[in-house]
Amino acid sequence: MEFLVATAIGAMTAAGVYLVLRARTFPVIIGLTLLTYATNLFLFATGRLAVNLPPVISADAAAYTDPLPQALVLTAIVISFGMTAVIVVMSLRAYLETGNDHVDLPGDASPEAREDDWKLLGRKQGEPAARAAAGLEERA
Amino acid sequence: MSLVLIVLLPFVGALLPALMIRAGRNACATSTFTFTLLAFALLLSHAPAVFRGEVVQAGWDWLPALGLNANFFLDGLGFFFAGLILGIGLLIIVYARFYLAKDDRMGSFYTYLLLFKGAMVGIVLSDNILLLLVFWELTSLSSFLLIGYWKHLPEGRQGARMALAVTGAGGLAMIAGMLILGDIAGSYNLTDILQHKDAIQASPLYLPALLLILAGCFTKSAQFPFHFWLPHAMAAPTPVSAYLHSATMVKAGLFLMARMWPVLAGTVEWFYIVATTGLITMLVGAVIALFKDDLKGLLAFSTVSHLGLVTMLLGFGTPMAAVAAVFHILNHATFKAALFMNAGIIDHEAGTRDIKRLGGLLHLMPVTATLAMVAAASMAGLPPLNGFLSKEMMLHEAAATAWLGNGWVVPALATLAACFSVAYSLRYIVHVFFGPQRSDYPHTPHDPPAGLWLPPALLVMLVVLIGLLPATVAGPLVAVVAQAVIGGALPDYHLALWHGVNIALALSVVAVVVGLGALRAYPRVRAVWQAGPHPEAKAMFDAVMAAALALAQRVTHGLHNGSLQRYLAFAIGAMTLAGFATFIGASHEAGTRELLPAEPVAVVAWLLLLGGCVLTVMFFRQRLLSVLVVGTVGLIVCVAFIYLSAPDLALTQISVEVTTVILILLALYFLPKASPLSSTVSADPLRHLRDGVLALIAGGGMGLVSWAMLTRDGSSLSTYYLENSVSGGGGTNVVNVILVDFRGFDTFGEIIVLGIAALAIYALLDGALHGRVARRLSAWTPDLPVSVDRHPIIMVVATRVMLPLALLVGAYIFLRGHNQPGGGFIAALVVSIALIMQYMASGFGWAAQRVRVNYHAMIGAGVLIAAGTGIASMVLDRPFLTSAFDHFHLPLVGEFELASAMAFDTGVFLTVVGAVMLALANLSRMGRLTGQRPVNRTAMDVDPSMGMSKEHN
Repeated sequence: MEFLVATAIGAMTAAGVYLVLRARTFPVIIGLTLLTYATNLFLFATGRLAVNLPPVISADAAAYTDPLPQALVLTAIVISFGMTAVIVVMSLRAYLETGNDHVDLPGDASPEAREDDWKLLGRKQGEPAARAAAGLEERA
Repeated sequence: MSLVLIVLLPFVGALLPALMIRAGRNACATSTFTFTLLAFALLLSHAPAVFRGEVVQAGWDWLPALGLNANFFLDGLGFFFAGLILGIGLLIIVYARFYLAKDDRMGSFYTYLLLFKGAMVGIVLSDNILLLLVFWELTSLSSFLLIGYWKHLPEGRQGARMALAVTGAGGLAMIAGMLILGDIAGSYNLTDILQHKDAIQASPLYLPALLLILAGCFTKSAQFPFHFWLPHAMAAPTPVSAYLHSATMVKAGLFLMARMWPVLAGTVEWFYIVATTGLITMLVGAVIALFKDDLKGLLAFSTVSHLGLVTMLLGFGTPMAAVAAVFHILNHATFKAALFMNAGIIDHEAGTRDIKRLGGLLHLMPVTATLAMVAAASMAGLPPLNGFLSKEMMLHEAAATAWLGNGWVVPALATLAACFSVAYSLRYIVHVFFGPQRSDYPHTPHDPPAGLWLPPALLVMLVVLIGLLPATVAGPLVAVVAQAVIGGALPDYHLALWHGVNIALALSVVAVVVGLGALRAYPRVRAVWQAGPHPEAKAMFDAVMAAALALAQRVTHGLHNGSLQRYLAFAIGAMTLAGFATFIGASHEAGTRELLPAEPVAVVAWLLLLGGCVLTVMFFRQRLLSVLVVGTVGLIVCVAFIYLSAPDLALTQISVEVTTVILILLALYFLPKASPLSSTVSADPLRHLRDGVLALIAGGGMGLVSWAMLTRDGSSLSTYYLENSVSGGGGTNVVNVILVDFRGFDTFGEIIVLGIAALAIYALLDGALHGRVARRLSAWTPDLPVSVDRHPIIMVVATRVMLPLALLVGAYIFLRGHNQPGGGFIAALVVSIALIMQYMASGFGWAAQRVRVNYHAMIGAGVLIAAGTGIASMVLDRPFLTSAFDHFHLPLVGEFELASAMAFDTGVFLTVVGAVMLALANLSRMGRLTGQRPVNRTAMDVDPSMGMSKEHN
């Protein structure tokens, strides 16, 4: 069992790190989620593994597992939910502002981050960019 | 305690001038003066004790674990310097009141001045060397503000920056030196360190400590080759120069050398480093001073020279030289401060301080001229003034000092410096006040108001008095100060004007004769000087700074090229490296703990998880798919929690999982549904290879660490929680009791963080509803096929039916939380999901109409309730968040338990619901903006009966 948990932590970390290093915001979010799982599982495992020994006091329980890491991880899960939510919304806002979801600052290092594929999107749908822009003006 | 007050008063007073300036310039100056006077009076109240030879101590423990305590002590040396700082400070305040022009910001000037004063007094009264370092840096900072006071002058800004760079760098070196010293002595208190002379001088770290401390002292006291900043700092207003650069800040280095004299002096290293530096500085400063045409420049280099003189005397390491050093510090402070103020008067009244444009001022400014002549004569070392006395003592000591076996090097060079000293001092008199009157002064020179000449006059009076009656006026002070410096018996000396014909007198005569000769032949001497090379320190300094800046820019821009991907790769690489270094360094092999068997079910789950990871990586470009796969991974983690005896975690994980997926899907509605082709492996194989290797190393490392940890036994402090959960927290679910009781403060902080996160999300989304983004959104068409049926009837009905059930489940989970798996967090997430389902099924408009709760207020209320629970226990005189519980009996219901933790959990519940709803509801509000489709008015847009009737028509 320990082997399974250890390798699971390793696998989720590896996948998480790989995705966090991607160029677009969405895979970064997914990668962070995976890293969160890995971290939480690791923190939880610091209490060592135990089967059928929940930390709920009762007269007929033989022993209990370590409750402290569980309490800490419970907090960690909720906090990382908050973090994920902020990052998701941040990436959404950034996309709406700049018209692309590249993580880099627009510059020489990554010219791709300068593109505004918002207009591209309109064109892809068969709507000429000029018309979309005109409609935009009208509404403004 | 009044000792601490002496240090604190200037700092407290520093708040006033900036306010009092509204009441006028006089009120501003008076308040500054009063605070300084109070501190000065407090200092004088300790005079009897100090003159009895006692050491006054005060202070309290600040950070004892670091050896940093706010300890102050007052002995002769501290008293002397504090007296100089506060006494001359009083004169400067008066002088500055009349010196500063109408449009100078006087309030901030006095505030800076008081800050500086407090820092200086702090240096000289600190017992703890770490505290001393704090004050030392504070003087660098406050002097930066003072030197750069005239912000509109580029010279002022550059001079301030140079002073800060040089003294700040020295200060950093000194921190290291002081730490070494404290380490050797085993204490950071000066009173202890001064007892450990032998241990310190025998230590192999003596030389490094000495060099580092001296680096601090030499930079502060403008010793060669760090002397160049002082003349550039002359761009400051004259009161600042008079104060900082004659009497106080530049003396801080001397003070520290004197303070450390008992433990550091007396070694060969000390002699050759300190005495030689002092000698060179004295000579270089005196030579350059003669050729400066700017009055303040002349005085600045003269100050450099005199500081060198004192440094040299301290460097000699003999008690007699130390006495001379102390005496000269006093004398120099009096005549040099007077001269600086004098130069300021000339600048103020004649409109220039360029010697070439001055001359013949004697009859135009008689008072100023008289004061200048007395003070400059003292600087030249002419009898019967105080400068003569200490210069005699210096020459006497120099004549008795051999350098590398040579008996003549030191006296010869010292006499040469004295010659130049006479020459530049007399030049100040002759070239400014004598000669023909001119017609082209920028202003018509006249004597200034009394406020400007009285302060220097007081100092000049001291110059004369000390000169005439040294033993009476300065004798006791010099004795008690020298006693403190030497830390032992005083040598046999007496301060007097006439010591008979001796070698020192002969050297003095030589100096005066040569000096006069040099001044007579000034044009020719100057021509010789002009012909020689003049290394420009400022250019060199600027070049060094520019090179450092260029290097920093290259490194920074090289590393930070705007690619966050790259930063993250660096950061992860560094973390992995650090992790591996620690892991390999410690024992890292697997332990011998008895392992749990791997059930087949567990193996299947494990395979699913690994497969999920692989799939997410392979198909990360297809975003909807990767959300689903990552959700599966999350579910397996959740199952693992159940299996491994963590029901609370499983409940939290699954509810968080659902909420997160909803959130991501809502965002994905707007985001591109796939990453562009440039993200594929074939587009940039090298980058993918790099990231892949990094990921495998990081993941492998985490796996190994986990394996090493899981196979060993560990100790935990959980026994305490398990034993005290029922008796102390009143609950059998230990995890929940820890959250709301034992570590309630953590939870309290956490809900605040969550609340802040929700508000940040609100701010991010609310901003998107206006302006450019809103226009873009309204022009946006969904890039996925959209169902005609916006609100499927089955979903609407199902969610509405489920709502009360879900709320009931939430209440149940909440109530049982203290004793069974559950609690505020989980209940809140369940309720939030139930509510958000309404938004999803029936549309934002429909749901928003019916939810009459302000989520902002809900978050606030939650935090307040949680805080209130905590404070209530403080009202009952128990620590914050102590919980209380009791059992009650109600008819029909039976016996039940009420715990104050329940109220706290309610706060948690409200905050979490508020935060989640605020985030998700706002995200779904965005959808309304996309203009192409009308917003639904009713929950069921497509009425099945309507459709039927149409068919019939």
